[in-house]
Amino acid sequence: MAGTGAGIQPMDSLYSELQWLPRAPREFPERLKALAHLEGPQGRELQALALCALDLNQLTKLAKAIEKARTKASAGGRSLDPLVPFRLAVLSNATFDLIAPALVASGVRHGISLEIIQPSYDQVAQEALTPDSKVNSAKPDAVLFALDYRALPLKLSLGDSETSSATVQGVIGYLQALRGGIKANSNAVCIFQTFAPPPETLFGSLDRALPGTLRNLIDGINRELAANVLASGDVLLDVAGLAETVGLANWHNSQLWNMARFSFSDELIPLYADHVARTVAAIRGKSAKVLILDLDNTVWGGVIGDDGLEGIKIAQGDARGEAHLAVQRLALDLRQRGIVLAVSSKNTDEVAREPFEKHPEMLLKLDHIAVFQANWNDKATNIQAIAEELSLGLDAMVFLDDNPVERGLVRKLLPQVRVPELPEDPAYYARTLAAAGYFEAVAFAAEDLQRAGFYQDNAKRASLQKQIGGVDAYLASLDMTITFQPFDATGRARIVQLINKSNQYNLTTRRYTDPEVAELENDPEVFTLQVRLADIFGDNGMISVLICRPGEAAAWEIDTWLMSCRVLGRKVEHMVLREILRHARAAGIRTLCGTYRPSDRNKLVADHYARLGFTKVDEDGSGLTRWELQVEGAEPETAPMNVVSQGFFVAREKSRA
Amino acid sequence: MDEPQIYARLAQIFEDVFDEDSIQVTPELSAKDVDGWDSLAHIRLILTIERAFKIKFSTSEIGKLQNVGGLVTLIKARAE
Repeated sequence: MAGTGAGIQPMDSLYSELQWLPRAPREFPERLKALAHLEGPQGRELQALALCALDLNQLTKLAKAIEKARTKASAGGRSLDPLVPFRLAVLSNATFDLIAPALVASGVRHGISLEIIQPSYDQVAQEALTPDSKVNSAKPDAVLFALDYRALPLKLSLGDSETSSATVQGVIGYLQALRGGIKANSNAVCIFQTFAPPPETLFGSLDRALPGTLRNLIDGINRELAANVLASGDVLLDVAGLAETVGLANWHNSQLWNMARFSFSDELIPLYADHVARTVAAIRGKSAKVLILDLDNTVWGGVIGDDGLEGIKIAQGDARGEAHLAVQRLALDLRQRGIVLAVSSKNTDEVAREPFEKHPEMLLKLDHIAVFQANWNDKATNIQAIAEELSLGLDAMVFLDDNPVERGLVRKLLPQVRVPELPEDPAYYARTLAAAGYFEAVAFAAEDLQRAGFYQDNAKRASLQKQIGGVDAYLASLDMTITFQPFDATGRARIVQLINKSNQYNLTTRRYTDPEVAELENDPEVFTLQVRLADIFGDNGMISVLICRPGEAAAWEIDTWLMSCRVLGRKVEHMVLREILRHARAAGIRTLCGTYRPSDRNKLVADHYARLGFTKVDEDGSGLTRWELQVEGAEPETAPMNVVSQGFFVAREKSRA
Repeated sequence: MDEPQIYARLAQIFEDVFDEDSIQVTPELSAKDVDGWDSLAHIRLILTIERAFKIKFSTSEIGKLQNVGGLVTLIKARAE
């Protein structure tokens, strides 16, 4: 290894050498040259070359070939199919000339045909603020503010928290002004970088704590910047995090800054460029969505078919077992943020399922796996089947396998599937998968939390639907159990959440606080329902909430009726109405009165009451409608589900006590 | 490493950096002789040489470089 020479720092080469990518083939230069003579679309071959771990010189050469291919394609009125075009302007206070070609080549790796718009050196403010500047008039898709800490007016104010927070605010104000200029003049997406602090300290460890040191100021700026990005819908490129990952001393190279205004070490340009490219790809929605796991020696140590349940390694306290547990933990965490998990294993199905069902140390359970393919077909066939089952493209798939032969086969037959190289030692599997950044996201929505389960259940339900004929037969096959209870303290948190979050299937969109809901629990005049639904795929939890208040003359006024859209089309609302009617009859109620209050989100339920057999009695100019149903003789449709009604008597008793 | 070996390795590096296989790497060769040998390509050249020979030049050494001959002298002094 290098490192014996004068001052060459040994680096963790996983990151600096992009070790999740296969090495460049020996014939890389020849294949590049051959491109010039290649007739027809060149996008695929360019991407195949870009999918190798390339150094700066190789990236530079590939970028040249890409530019040539792009010129040729656009002369023929085409783009570099299947690459997605993207115009990225870069505003930097440092030398970006060597980075720009690396960006173009890395973009192709991520399926993006990047056009870089690069104004003259250090023209950041002029370019952002002038309406007809090079950047603004180019109408880029996004602007990358590739600034480092030397671009900022950072004056030390040691121990002076007031001045130092003013300094931080000043910098944030400056960045906001740049953003404002871009937004006003070209409305491009703004990508902000966090700032990597220099490794040199003034006091030592105290720098982190003491207001007004460089490290403390940069910490403050990064924190504020990140919060702003989250709030504004801009995009963050965490350069500070990247620099920490490889080490600040490796990141910063003072010789290169002094000689040529390089913001960071040339050796890390391929890594940086890959991070910019994956961010742009994420903006374009090209991040992967599915993680397909091999089992033997990937999810656990050993071969289940040979070693048996007792022989495989997954235990805590066993070094090899813990390495594989780390893979499982990462997979589970990814699932939690919305990544769908699947299995592709060469095994007999029952044998492959056994550890999931019986091994106590397994973190992954069968419930977590959307599609389980254990058979003796080749893995490319299996991966294709998984993609079809999930109705997702092959380019949304990541395939993790310890076996280089399987990796090679899948890369060759299904080049769109992303297949990370793995090191010898399973201790680094999880880190390598994470370092590859296949699942890069620029935003996180609450629905992401649900998505893995959603795809999974839909995959199961869709395959059931294939087997079964009509909708009713399908609903019956779901073996649903609906549970009705009045509001209680146990359910309150979820009730409050649903009341304040549901927009679409919500008749009146009335919001109530926790204390208000608590009051309803104890009001004997008010009839409330919390509704849960379970089916063969699991428990959907609480999916509907209802509040009826006493109205005029033996009537109930339906104050709130909402439902989670996850259970649309299951006739849950019909079953809820049946339950209301049952209680209404017992309470001597003769009329149910319902209201639809239109919001800009609840069109879905405009004819909710009509579908349930209510009669419209009033409509005002705002679209608000009033409905009535006579309890006597009302017989709403029923649906095939088991009904459990519990806690009503107890609740009444309590409220009287 | 003797001089012919260094020149042979340098020829590969020049081809790699300038994407051009017709450059004759001689002691007299300097920036004005090669298309595209600007200040940035110069940095890229130096960085590639440093990595290939596993050596590191100081700022002033890089500043004083006139031609390939000077470069080879430096490499010889550093690389054992």
